[in-house]
This record gives sequence, structure tokens and C-alpha cells, in this order.
Amino acid sequence: MAQRIDITDLNVYYGAFRAVADVTMAIEPRSVTAIIGPSGCGKSTFIRTLNRMHEVIPGARVEGKVAMDGVDLYGSDVDPVAVRRQVGMVFQRPNPFPTMSVAENVLAGIRLNNRRISKSDGADLVERSLRRANLWNEVKDRLDRPGSSLSGGQQQRLCIARAIAVKPQVLLMDEPASALDPISTLAIEDLIAELKDDYTIVIVTHNMQQAARVSDRTAFFNLTVAGEPGRLIEMDETRVIFSTPSEKATEDYISGRFG
Amino acid sequence: MAVLEQSTAVHRPKTRELLTQGDVRRKLTNRVMTGVVGLAFLIALIPLVSLSWTVVGKGIERLTPYFLSVSMRGVFGGMDAGGIYHAILGTLLITGVAAVISVPIGLMTAIYLVEYGRGPLARSVTFFVDVMTGIPSIVAGLFAYALFAVFFGPGVRFGVVGSVALSVLMIPIVVRSCEEMLRLVPNELREAAYALGVPKWLAILKVVVRTALAGIVTGIMLAVARVIGETAPLLVTVGVIDSINTNVFEGRMMTLPVYVYRQYYQGLVSCPEGATDCIPTINIDRAWAAALTLILIVMLLNLIARLITRYFAPRARH
Repeated sequence: MAQRIDITDLNVYYGAFRAVADVTMAIEPRSVTAIIGPSGCGKSTFIRTLNRMHEVIPGARVEGKVAMDGVDLYGSDVDPVAVRRQVGMVFQRPNPFPTMSVAENVLAGIRLNNRRISKSDGADLVERSLRRANLWNEVKDRLDRPGSSLSGGQQQRLCIARAIAVKPQVLLMDEPASALDPISTLAIEDLIAELKDDYTIVIVTHNMQQAARVSDRTAFFNLTVAGEPGRLIEMDETRVIFSTPSEKATEDYISGRFG
Repeated sequence: MAVLEQSTAVHRPKTRELLTQGDVRRKLTNRVMTGVVGLAFLIALIPLVSLSWTVVGKGIERLTPYFLSVSMRGVFGGMDAGGIYHAILGTLLITGVAAVISVPIGLMTAIYLVEYGRGPLARSVTFFVDVMTGIPSIVAGLFAYALFAVFFGPGVRFGVVGSVALSVLMIPIVVRSCEEMLRLVPNELREAAYALGVPKWLAILKVVVRTALAGIVTGIMLAVARVIGETAPLLVTVGVIDSINTNVFEGRMMTLPVYVYRQYYQGLVSCPEGATDCIPTINIDRAWAAALTLILIVMLLNLIARLITRYFAPRARH
């Protein structure tokens, strides 16, 4: 299921402004890659280039290569919609569809694409996805209730269930726990640890303890001055980054001596 | 200890002063403004209440099932007969066709402006929609008449011509209200749909429009309510007739506002001496009853819109 992603000389632009410069990195399959760095360094911008969500913003464009299993996602014959079916995404703020019930939210990837699914297959997929997202026991009695009736942490896990219901290869998470309380955060982190057996996971986080807890590899992004593009400073095994980073900037950031 | 007591004794009145003194001027202004706002509300109510009172008072007597179920065919002079069945049909048909024309065009324009439009084209569309909002209704009527006269020759009058005239008035209202409703849909929902591998057109149709549907329906109903009372363009394009015509593609039709105008225009009837079956004020009575019917239809449409809105509204947490 899971696949590796190789990024080569990636530059990301908003119009004339270069937000991320010269990123080259490899994202290993069946592992969690954390991306850390100060606000405005382009972490979210970078992660959004991995499923071509960046280009939905007017004027936004990308240079360089993002290859999934050797296929360049920005190749001329690649359909961005197909890319997003393979590379799912969970956003910072939980965003269940307000017009849909819990179950309909899980099936949204199928229903919104006008694909038919039999009632029993649908119910099956709902249960499997919700179980996978550790949410089944909490919501199995209220699958018909609106998705927005759940608590924030439950909504976020519902969004994860919705993302994995379309069976992607890669799961991108843009600060998935930053709007949640510590208990919900723990639930999400446990879930990430379980999901990495099947998926390639990339997680952006502001929380360094979280990066240290959940990830196998960590990439540190930084920007020198506001207005300059963010750059990848270094990337290594998470325990190396958090114990003996090779760059001074990384050490300063991790130990809180930033700037 | 004594020092402490002394200090609290000194402090206590001061805090009390700070917290209770307040701004006397502000309190006064607050009272005055509350009064002014309330008064403005009452003044705004006067025309509404007085209008309802007058229309109901003058129209209710003649508003009978008989009045609603017959046309004006063969009715003359001060006869105690005749009704508005043909005018109700005409109004519903012509406004209905106008909505069928305006809603797809207006909604799609709004979708274009919100989801696709960038640069000079979108700006000029917005500009022309604004210009269209200000078109006087009689001009819309003349435009529709002139347009159809090109194809059908001068003197052309049938229902669809009136519907086109009403559409010219309705489209900008539909565009504006739909545009606002679509802009209210949070971008997060669009992104959530894209991230699931949903193509843009399906995301717009099934997420954006669906989420905004309640507001869109309300906007359309308001646009209908706005054009259903138009008189001048229909007088020019559809004309008047005393009998029932349900074919919007052929022949003149009667509509409620035009009926009101015509009845009122005909004025008092001079009854012959000692005539029993003659009411001098019959035309004016009919005009008021038809006006009341028109108001009731608009209210009914609003009520239906509210029900639809409640049904489609995104379910809040409960």
C-alpha cells in the first residue's frame, strides 16, 4: 500500500514570491516523517505540494520534481485529482462536511465522486474506516447524527477515517492535533503510530515533543529572514535530530534558543 | 496589623468609587439612543401596518372562493360577478417561466464569479450585473418586446415575452444573492473535498452548492417576490385579457398586478336608476381583492422558502 516519495530541487511559489526553496529529500514508505520549523518557514506549503493541493490557490506554482515510486506527480500526463486519491490529507482544523452525517462523511470520497457502493459494502467501509481511526466505539450508535455534532477530537478522527476510506498510499497531516486538547492529541498520536504500518505518513507539527514521539524521521525547515524562502536545513532519524543534530540552527530551535 | 487595616480602609472607598462612578454622560446617551432606535422601529412599522390594514380591510370582503375561481369573461358594467382565476394563473405561469429562465443563468453566473472568475472578465460581469440591477422595469419590458418583435413582428404579445422581461429584472438579484451565499461556504470544505480526490465540478455541485442551498433557495424566493408584483413590463409584453389562457407561447394573458391596475383604471360604474344587479364600486373592490391575493401569494412563497430552508440547512450540533 505505502510508497516512497522522492523530492528533488523543489521550489514553491505564490505568484512571484518564492515560499520554499531547493528542497531535496526522501520520504520513506511505512514510516512517519515529521516536519518541524518556525511559523512561516513553508512547512504547510511544502506538504501541500505533495498532493498537488498547493495549486488550488490562484497564482501558486511549483518547480522541481516530486516522484512517488518514480513517477513525477507534476508530470504533464498526471491528473491532480488522481494524485489526491493516492495522497490523502488531514487538515489543521477538523472539517467534516456540515450537511452530512457521520457515516456519510466517511463515505464522502466515494459519494462525492458519484461512485455507487452497495448498502452493505458502504456500511462495511464505514465500520472499517472508523475502527481504523479508533472512533467506532464512540460513534457506532450515532452514525446518522451530523458530523459536526461530534467533539473536536472526534471530528478530527472522523476526518482521518474519511481520508483513509478512499485507500490512499500516503497520508499527509498538517498540524492535525494543534486545535485539540491533550487527550484528543494522544488519541491522534496513537492512531498515527498504528497507521504507519500501512501508510506513508508525513506530519507537520509545531509541537516538538509530538515530533519526537510519533516520527521515525524528522526534517527541520527554517527561514533566515521574513520574506526569504524557507529551506530544508537538515533531515535525519528523529532521535539523531533531537540528540545530536549536525546543524547549529536545528539545535538552537530544538532547545528553544531560537533567533 | 493596624497599618494593614488602615490601608484597606483607605483603599476600599476608592475601589468602590472606581467601579460605581461610571460615565454619567454615557448612561444618558445610551438611554436617548435606545429611545431613538425604538422610535425609528415604530415609525418603520407605520407604513407596513397601515398598508396591511388598508388592503385587508378593502379586499377581504370580495375575496371569496367564487372570486378566486372565475375569470372576467362576459362580465361587464356593474355586474356583481367576475374573478381573478385567469390572473392568478397568468401570474404563476409567467413568473414560473421567468424563474426557470433566471435561476440557472443566475446561479451559474454566481458559481462562475465565486469559483472560477478572475481578472477582467469576472470584473466586467460583476459590473454589468450591478448595472442590470438598476434597469427600470419598463425598460426591461420594452427590451423584451423589441427582442420578440424582431422575430414575430410588431404587436407581439404572449406570456414568454413577459417572462423574458421579468428575467432581465430577476437575473441580477439571483446572481447577487447566490454569490453572497456561495462566498459564505468556508474554503476548508472545498479543500476537504479536493483532498479526497473529488474533481472541482463535483466539489462545487455536491459540497459548495449543497452547503449553501438553504441560502440560495431564500435568495431565489426573494427574487421571485420582487418581480411577481411588476406591472409595467407585463402591460407592454403580455397585455390584458378577460378570459383564461394557459398557453404561455401564444396569446395575451392576464396577471394580478395588471388586473389590479386595469380594474382601478376603469373606476366607478355609473349604474342606471333602480338597477338591482349593479354595484358602482365593483371595479375598485375587485382591484383591492386582487391586491390582497397578490400579497398573500408572496407571503405563501416566503413561507414555503422558509420551510425549504429549514429542511436543507446544514444541521447544527444538537
